[in-house]
Amino acid sequence: MSTSLLMFLVFIVITLGITYWAARRSAGAGAYFAASRRITAWQNGVAVAGDYMSAASFLGIAGLIAFFGYDGFMYSVGWLVAYLTVLLVVAEPLRNAGKYTMADVLAYRLKPRPVRAMASVSTLTVSTFYMIAQMVGAGALVSLLLKGSGINFRTAVIGVGILMIVYVVFGGMLATTWVQIIKAILLMTGTILLSILVMSKFGFSFSNFFTAVQHVSYHGPAGQEITKDFLQPGLRFKPPNGPLELISLGMALIFGTAGLPHILVRFYTVPDAKTARYSVVWAMILIGSFYIMTTFLGFGAATIVGRDFISTHGGNNMSAPLLAQAVAGDVFFAFISAIAFATILAVVAGLTISASTSFAHDFWTNVIHKGVERKPGEEVMVSRIAAFVVGAVAISIAIVLGPSANVAFLVALAFAVAASANLPVIVLSIFWRRFNTLGAVMGLAVGLLASIVLILIGPSVMGIDTATTPAISRHLIQHAPIFPLENPGIASIPLGFIGAFLGTLLGGREASAEHKFTELEVRANTGLGSEKALAH
Amino acid sequence: MAQEQAARAAVPGRSAPAAPAGEPDIWERVARMDEFKSLLTAREKFVIPAVIFFVVYYFLLPISVGYFPQFMDKRVGSVNLAYLFALSQFFVAWLIAFLYVRAARRFDEYGRRILDHVDTSKEGK
Repeated sequence: MSTSLLMFLVFIVITLGITYWAARRSAGAGAYFAASRRITAWQNGVAVAGDYMSAASFLGIAGLIAFFGYDGFMYSVGWLVAYLTVLLVVAEPLRNAGKYTMADVLAYRLKPRPVRAMASVSTLTVSTFYMIAQMVGAGALVSLLLKGSGINFRTAVIGVGILMIVYVVFGGMLATTWVQIIKAILLMTGTILLSILVMSKFGFSFSNFFTAVQHVSYHGPAGQEITKDFLQPGLRFKPPNGPLELISLGMALIFGTAGLPHILVRFYTVPDAKTARYSVVWAMILIGSFYIMTTFLGFGAATIVGRDFISTHGGNNMSAPLLAQAVAGDVFFAFISAIAFATILAVVAGLTISASTSFAHDFWTNVIHKGVERKPGEEVMVSRIAAFVVGAVAISIAIVLGPSANVAFLVALAFAVAASANLPVIVLSIFWRRFNTLGAVMGLAVGLLASIVLILIGPSVMGIDTATTPAISRHLIQHAPIFPLENPGIASIPLGFIGAFLGTLLGGREASAEHKFTELEVRANTGLGSEKALAH
Repeated sequence: MAQEQAARAAVPGRSAPAAPAGEPDIWERVARMDEFKSLLTAREKFVIPAVIFFVVYYFLLPISVGYFPQFMDKRVGSVNLAYLFALSQFFVAWLIAFLYVRAARRFDEYGRRILDHVDTSKEGK
């Protein structure tokens, strides 16, 4: 196990070195918030992939496929296809019209204060919930991976939290970007190696591999032996609600990714819209290859390690590391564990910078101080303080919740809010001339509320447990669920759009917004007047 | 139209160079350019069908897998229809991305011509 710790430390030393290097290049708002807009297409593409492929995907998907077979792979598909929304609809207009945050685009032709205030609330909600889910997972995982080294859940959470704060506060967007790039390269390397090792166990024969996948054996709760075809759909998403759940999940993924603030801000780090476009393509190549390989990770864990062993050795999130151990021993286990650690750290750093930038740029400067910095550098300073506060809050909440908290629904919530609140208003403000301030505020508010309420009254939070239910899957509210689906997208996304439409109708014609639509349309499509890259 | 004129006077473009009263500002001028109209049309011609196609193609997967699991479990070689359909999503997504990048070269060409035009017209004044 000490090999794991050593590899963690190597990663920490390298990333802190990068932070030191980046800190000296991060003077000024453009440098701090947007890495001077000098990130190249491939760098940003790799960083987007790094920001996106969270522990939930590396560990979570491998685990879902290991436990539920084909149905787990359904997540993998949605996570790639979602990038077509980013590529075709959002990335280029956003880069051309905005400066540092998602709200820049929304505020462009609408009344900035109410719109930014709501957008900031939505950004902070998505980022904080997502971060708490990652932190709890990180703490549990790191303490498990480093078992015997004296690092417990609390130390792990505090360690991860402090590192993420250091990257963001001192190194800004430049350091965060490079942490993402290193993490993505490590993750891809680890996944490719792991896939090759899995296939070597099957003599590099797909037919042998898939034959094994169709005969996976494990023991049921009553101790009986079960053999299942893991390619068969429906092991997780069962009738009656399974099909709707799948569609609803798909909607949240396909429309939510293009509304995730920590992904969107990445497009401000490149010099122009064309580079943003190519960076999405780079990201799609990496993300697609990664998620195709979850076939080998997940099915490999199911066939080589087996559900029984994984259940008694840390649960489904440990599938990928345990698979590494099974196919190549302790050093490879340590390597994959270090990658899992890097994965979590990079994602929480990305979330922290997008949350703190939104607070400083949208809320502090533009809502409270009406768009004027009272002294130079104030926005960056406020953002640094906000990063520190956001980090401290996430650490505290994660510690209070503890390692066995059932927080998987927070990831679903983040995607639901992104799809139901953020995406409708981004799309309508870019494409609908009539769209106005009240429409944006109501779209954001209705989408946000609908997502939160439907998750709170859905089966992720509400349910009646028996005395034997383990703590990790206990429901927060002991009551039969009122809303039948874990993923609220199918209801909350239309509600977000309806909110935006009704708000627009209620708000009446807003001449200034309609006039500035032409300006936004020209700017979004041609890049005229867009933010330029800064000199060194 | 009159409403728009009034709006323009009331809310001058934040980042736009000020236009003399009654004369269209830089954004209006670009919006009226043929190249800009061609750019918008070209973009719409690609993006709208592409979005409709990928959304339909994607949702066919959860719908078919969710509502017709038996049919989708049909063997095809060493895997089944469901897995092949899911796998095809990756390649279709990559293909659409490739086609978009190719089509977007034309959008960039229009964009460059528009920006050139704007620059020279500024110099002319």
